[in-house]
Amino acid sequence: MPLGQLLIDGLAMGACYGLFGLAVVIIYKTSEVLNFAAGETAMVSTFVAYHVMVFYGYSFWVAFVVALIFVAILGVAIEYFFLRPAKNPTLLGLIVITIGAQMLLMGLASWKWGAEQKQFNIPFSYKVTHEPIPGFIISEWAIAVFVAAAVVMVFLYFFFQHTKLGTAMRATQQNKHAAKIMGIKTDRVFAFSWAFSSIIGAVAAMLLSAKNILDPGFMMESFLRAFASAVLGGLMSIPGVLIGGFIMGLIENFFGYLLPAWKPITAFVVIVLVLCIRPSGLFAKHWVKKV
Amino acid sequence: MLKVKNIETWYDLIRALHGISFEIKQGDIVALLGSNGAGKSTTLKTIMRLLYDLKEEQPEKGTIEFMGERIDRKDTDEIVKMGISYVPEGREVFPELTVLENITIGAYTRKDKKNIQSDLENVFHHFPILKERVKQQAGLMSGGEQQMLAIGRALMSRPKLLMLDEPSLGLSPLLTQEIFGIIRNINQKDGVTIFLVEQNVNMALKYSNYAYLLENGRIVRADKPQVLREDEDIKEFYLGIATEQSVKGYKRYRRKVRFR
Repeated sequence: MPLGQLLIDGLAMGACYGLFGLAVVIIYKTSEVLNFAAGETAMVSTFVAYHVMVFYGYSFWVAFVVALIFVAILGVAIEYFFLRPAKNPTLLGLIVITIGAQMLLMGLASWKWGAEQKQFNIPFSYKVTHEPIPGFIISEWAIAVFVAAAVVMVFLYFFFQHTKLGTAMRATQQNKHAAKIMGIKTDRVFAFSWAFSSIIGAVAAMLLSAKNILDPGFMMESFLRAFASAVLGGLMSIPGVLIGGFIMGLIENFFGYLLPAWKPITAFVVIVLVLCIRPSGLFAKHWVKKV
Repeated sequence: MLKVKNIETWYDLIRALHGISFEIKQGDIVALLGSNGAGKSTTLKTIMRLLYDLKEEQPEKGTIEFMGERIDRKDTDEIVKMGISYVPEGREVFPELTVLENITIGAYTRKDKKNIQSDLENVFHHFPILKERVKQQAGLMSGGEQQMLAIGRALMSRPKLLMLDEPSLGLSPLLTQEIFGIIRNINQKDGVTIFLVEQNVNMALKYSNYAYLLENGRIVRADKPQVLREDEDIKEFYLGIATEQSVKGYKRYRRKVRFR
């Protein structure tokens, strides 16, 4: 039984979900809005990278940077043009707006690039493998995923704990009213968190599409899994999301090996069970507001 | 320093402030008194432009001038930068940030790092208990400590004018006295002008240099505390000293007042 490979593949897949879950969590942390457009924003940016590589013939890294800049602007634009004009918005209303944005982006992508499946190549192929320890086969793709996840995590930790803007973002999430009184431009904080989350989502999507395929619907299921791992991690804690992602990836991979027919749903069943026992997720420590 | 002229604030169809005017002079402690729903907090929020979300044109009428500049159409962060600091009703600290993070975020609009450090020392000087708790989550502190934290946080923007909304809310009489003592200290040692909104009329009159009385969105009295203390209405309805009965033997709850 290829235990080692299942383990590593599961962890790599989980890191991808976790990374993408972070994109959801960052927006949720600052504004309590669940961004259902995250998957499609990332999908469009992957297409932009694909476009730059295939039609203009630039290298992957150029395309990567272009896509990240594009997606940051796209994220801010969604916040600015769709969410901000909402008058007296309720949370549910804002969430519905993000669903609308998701459908819009999906339509735009199929109109521009067509719905057929494409191959998205990055320099880290999952076909090139190493075997550092016998039985543990690790592909270059998996290494790239682990490195990306580690870099993003460390960066986020320092950003939220040790920078002025990061503290302001946490403050805005905890008490928007008081944050305003401190002279924090809360609108700008929201725009910034959208840009931030979109960038992280785009990185995750590019890694995912390199493993699978590229078409306008490829983020649909990945988004659901990433969202589920974010919920599993508690939607608030950044390390929690990544651990939630790992759990998700491992369960999926092991059950996929043992019972292939059950692969798509096992992880969700586990999540339902976990949430029955701990409704706020595994790592949540949400503050209960005192009146 | 702060000149408010004839401002009106509406919550949809309800007029909360019926054109009030007052002035705060440099170096004073000015109190704004009144019962629930009189419009005290609304006045402060209007000055800070926190009702901006409700309507762009807030206040609907009148002008607010601070240091000779009109601020009634400025954004909140600009007002903070100009030197007005506001301690909201009910503390509103950031519960999941540590005490130190809470205090330093008060200096968010400032760029001068050296002075921030000395101001931090100054806050700890006024509130020694905060220094012992720097690493603690703010939400886990008691009400009195949270109030101190909120005031300390407001001081970090190095304000010229500090506006406090009910600093005595939910505190024991002893703690209230302590907080008011510190407020007086801040006024005298740091030279910060203080604008105080209070329901605790007795305390507010003890510590202020000038006081306004607000009733139903109108200012009905404006005088020095010594004078207000002798006022029949204030004695009866706010301080509860005289228990005068009317001819029919009922206790009166309100006398007709002439609005200024």
